[in-house]
Amino acid sequence: MIGFISYLVNGISLGSVYAIIALGYTMVYGIAKMLNFAHGDVIMIGAFVVFSTVSGAGLPPVVGVLISVVACTLLGMAIERIAYKPLRKASKLAVLITAIGVSYFLQNVALLIYGANTKSFTSVVTIKPISLAGGSLVISGETIVTVIACIIIMIGLMTFMKYSKSGRAMLAVSEDSDAAQLMGVNVNSTIAMTFAIGSALAAIAGVLLCSSYPSLTPYTGSMPGIKAFVAAVFGGIGSIPGAFIGGILLGVIEILGKAYVSSQLADAIVFAVLIIVLLVKPTGLLGKQIQEKV
Amino acid sequence: MKTKTRNLSKTTRSNFITYGMVVAAYIIVEICLRAGVVSSLLEGLLVPLCMYVILAVSLNLTVGISGELSLGHAGFMCVGAFSSAIFSKCMETAIPVSGIRFFLAILIGTVFAAVFGILIGVPVLRLKGDYLAIVTLAFGEIIKNVVNVVYLGRDSQGFHISTKDTLSLGLEEGGEVIIKGPQGITGTPNDSTFLIGIILILVTLFIVINLINSRTGRAVMAIRDNRIAAESVGINVTKYKLLAFSVSAALAGTAGVLYAHNLSTLQAQPKNFGYNMSITILVFVVLGGIGNIRGSVIAAVVLTLLPELLRSLNDYRMLIYAVILIATMIFTSSPGGQHIQERIKQFFERRKTKEA
Amino acid sequence: MKKALSLLLVGAMTLSLAACGNSSKDSAATDSSTTEESTTTEAADTESEGNGGAAFKIGGIGPITGGTAIYGTAVQNGIQIAVDEINAAGGINGYQIEYNFQDDEGDSEKAINAYNTLKDWGMQVLVGTVTSAPCIAVSEETHKDNMFQITPSGTAVECVQYDNAYRMCFSDPTQGTESAKYIGENGLATKVAVIYDSSDVYSTGIYEAFAAEAANQPFEIVSVEAFTADSKTDFSVQVQKSKEAGADLLFMPFYYTEASLVLAECNKQGYEPVFFGCDGMDGILGVENFDVSLAEGLTFLAPFVAKSDDEMVQNFVSKYEADYGETPNQFAADAYDSVYVVKAAIEAAGATPDMSVSDLCDAMVGAMPSVTYDGVTGKSITWTADGEPSKAPLVVQVVNGEYTEL
Repeated sequence: MIGFISYLVNGISLGSVYAIIALGYTMVYGIAKMLNFAHGDVIMIGAFVVFSTVSGAGLPPVVGVLISVVACTLLGMAIERIAYKPLRKASKLAVLITAIGVSYFLQNVALLIYGANTKSFTSVVTIKPISLAGGSLVISGETIVTVIACIIIMIGLMTFMKYSKSGRAMLAVSEDSDAAQLMGVNVNSTIAMTFAIGSALAAIAGVLLCSSYPSLTPYTGSMPGIKAFVAAVFGGIGSIPGAFIGGILLGVIEILGKAYVSSQLADAIVFAVLIIVLLVKPTGLLGKQIQEKV
Repeated sequence: MKTKTRNLSKTTRSNFITYGMVVAAYIIVEICLRAGVVSSLLEGLLVPLCMYVILAVSLNLTVGISGELSLGHAGFMCVGAFSSAIFSKCMETAIPVSGIRFFLAILIGTVFAAVFGILIGVPVLRLKGDYLAIVTLAFGEIIKNVVNVVYLGRDSQGFHISTKDTLSLGLEEGGEVIIKGPQGITGTPNDSTFLIGIILILVTLFIVINLINSRTGRAVMAIRDNRIAAESVGINVTKYKLLAFSVSAALAGTAGVLYAHNLSTLQAQPKNFGYNMSITILVFVVLGGIGNIRGSVIAAVVLTLLPELLRSLNDYRMLIYAVILIATMIFTSSPGGQHIQERIKQFFERRKTKEA
Repeated sequence: MKKALSLLLVGAMTLSLAACGNSSKDSAATDSSTTEESTTTEAADTESEGNGGAAFKIGGIGPITGGTAIYGTAVQNGIQIAVDEINAAGGINGYQIEYNFQDDEGDSEKAINAYNTLKDWGMQVLVGTVTSAPCIAVSEETHKDNMFQITPSGTAVECVQYDNAYRMCFSDPTQGTESAKYIGENGLATKVAVIYDSSDVYSTGIYEAFAAEAANQPFEIVSVEAFTADSKTDFSVQVQKSKEAGADLLFMPFYYTEASLVLAECNKQGYEPVFFGCDGMDGILGVENFDVSLAEGLTFLAPFVAKSDDEMVQNFVSKYEADYGETPNQFAADAYDSVYVVKAAIEAAGATPDMSVSDLCDAMVGAMPSVTYDGVTGKSITWTADGEPSKAPLVVQVVNGEYTEL
């Protein structure tokens, strides 16, 4: 029983990381209607910035994280401005390919700057682990921080979208960008802002990912990025609570699958569950049913 | 001759150009090979080039003609590669004539991939857009993951299969391990040749082009453009979508056969059968022009050669590749880039009229 | 729009065709001059050395981009140091070495492309490839061309299945068997847990041999858990399972990148078994910013310890640190030795650069049985006809944050 609870805790911890990444994915998808494949690599850049500032330059972790958030926000906006904005009216596939190009670009820039060697990431979390049930169940500080951060971000995003002016502008753009423009919403700046928020989230996700799993290479972001993409689709892409639930579920399924079915087939299990869910609910758990116009 | 070509319809002429291009490429390369002026690099790339062309053309059938975004094309390639490699490995002594054996291997790889295409297609094609994309991606990853844990051996008792290791196969003395988990299949006969690759390209082009220009193809495109309208005029949506999807899968399987018989080792790794490969093929299709078959052929060739030609740049190679990718996309698809293209076109046209 | 695009593509096509025409065999040297400038060192010295500008052309292949780039880069640097040293000391039989390294991204197909690129450049001897799967694919080609090949780190059995191929590292079965024997003979444990990478050739190879040998040893494997290249972020389940199985030794046949994560996870869960690794662990202390106390007590069999008193090792390590700012791992060391083995074989054969690739290979293969080599990864190493080196593995333990030979 303790074993099961402990797996569950680990699953939620991993899931929260996926969830934060997925929140960024889903925001961008909901508003800009594009799959930002480079999101995972922005995470990696965020982690490298913290690595350089905290472990390299010796700044306090909080400052490092702030710098990283700012750097990623700027990076996200720059990517949007240079690579995606010219393609606003182009086909979805053209944008997808550009995003893949950006992903390769970021990986190779990091490879040139930092080299291929693995870096060990010092956790920015200083909270002591909690020991329960006589030490047989340990909940690490990183787990606690990640889960709390994830919940705060989700609630914050939902409040922002619902009550702030720019949040409602985002909703309007995601609903119908042409109509929004006619109503006086500046679509370009709204999308730029979406990217800024999404990339800031990516920076936080990067820090938390590497605090929990302390190894950092130029390719660190790509697989969690894909998994988070899966999580976002799982929950219904474009939906903020969906990304949260999808992320957590994906993490839990991955861990429990490894623990009780087969550790060799963990990937296959995760993806098989995804397929089954999508076959039953074709737009994900909380996805909107799109009404087709006749 | 001139009047004859003029009498042909525009599409037919365009198709002949496509076939002609492939045949001409074959003849030029063959002459260069005979003359001994082809570098080893290019010689080694000939079969992979054929493989990528087939992959791009077949994916264009799903993405361009049928309008479904598939990110699991490498999965079908993997099915084709492994099924045919197992066959060739088992039959290496039974069928010593490589031509016949390879022909059968191609059939087997194609059929297996087609069967998987139908199996996956039936449930999956109900989904739309990005949901379909993610499910195909998931399928590709499952295939890769499962292939990596399979151990398959053969002895006089027949086949033994295990998911643990070679030991638990319990092979008797003289038994042969065919699939060795992540190490995959080693020692597949090198049956792929440039000529066979070119023939397979022509067959692929023939199938795809005829499919597009047939009643079926028009039905598939009608579904792509407006599913509800197509349904309302009595087109069986599921049937046609599935047909296009499984033909595309089968051809990917054919490419997999070429791949498996070109290298002496076959492993299912993220690099060759993971989503990265599916995305690489997608890049060919998009850069070549969605729905444009000839574009796919050219893009596959150019984009496969590009990283190889950039080798002298060493560390900057993949960086430059990424920049070229982004720049090309912006140049071809953005309003600004299209404007520049217009200007260039006008410039040339003006010169032409002046000359005239 | 389409016209312009096809124009662009056609332009690129002609470019590629031009490249195909240019790099025919006889003009290969001029064609690759740009590459030489960047990768080969002291090529200019070569020309002035007399010998009509002739030089041995050694090629290297390995991943310098992609997920396995760590190992490829180490090999690339290791070869470079050896080549520089040899050239500065007057070359092989008085001929300088030219060196060119090509990226294979850790993929078999790309490795063949890299091999062909090197062939166009005029490669005579191949030091590579770095990872096992591409190595098997390339060995098929070198066998066809009868080119001498020595792999610094291709551990799979099939890497050296042909007569022209040798290896510098231990093979997977050797490592697995030796590790099991060492654990058994020294009574390190009674219950052993294994975590391995089920998508990796190297890792499964060692695991299989280990499991086979474990049957003859006085310990029991109580838990076997795997991970894959696509899910190597979280190791909580594997560690917890090992802990629940009550294992007092954790066998980890994989590379240090993942090992650093496993060690951190063990620490998180308060699990302290004996950690036993493989030669892929070498380098773990060099991971930038790594908390070395986590690796305290980690034991593994390795051919090379950077902290050795041996003069050759010290020389190599100090040069490597000066040039690349990091401590070399065993990949770099094996690569460094590989070049010297090539030198030894050429000298023993009395070969010259004007020999054809195939003749050179035959001469070198003929000379290999007589080669006894002292290097940084072992002393008096000899090679069997199947290309396996006779190397006694060193037992290395991390004590007080340093590699220590036991």
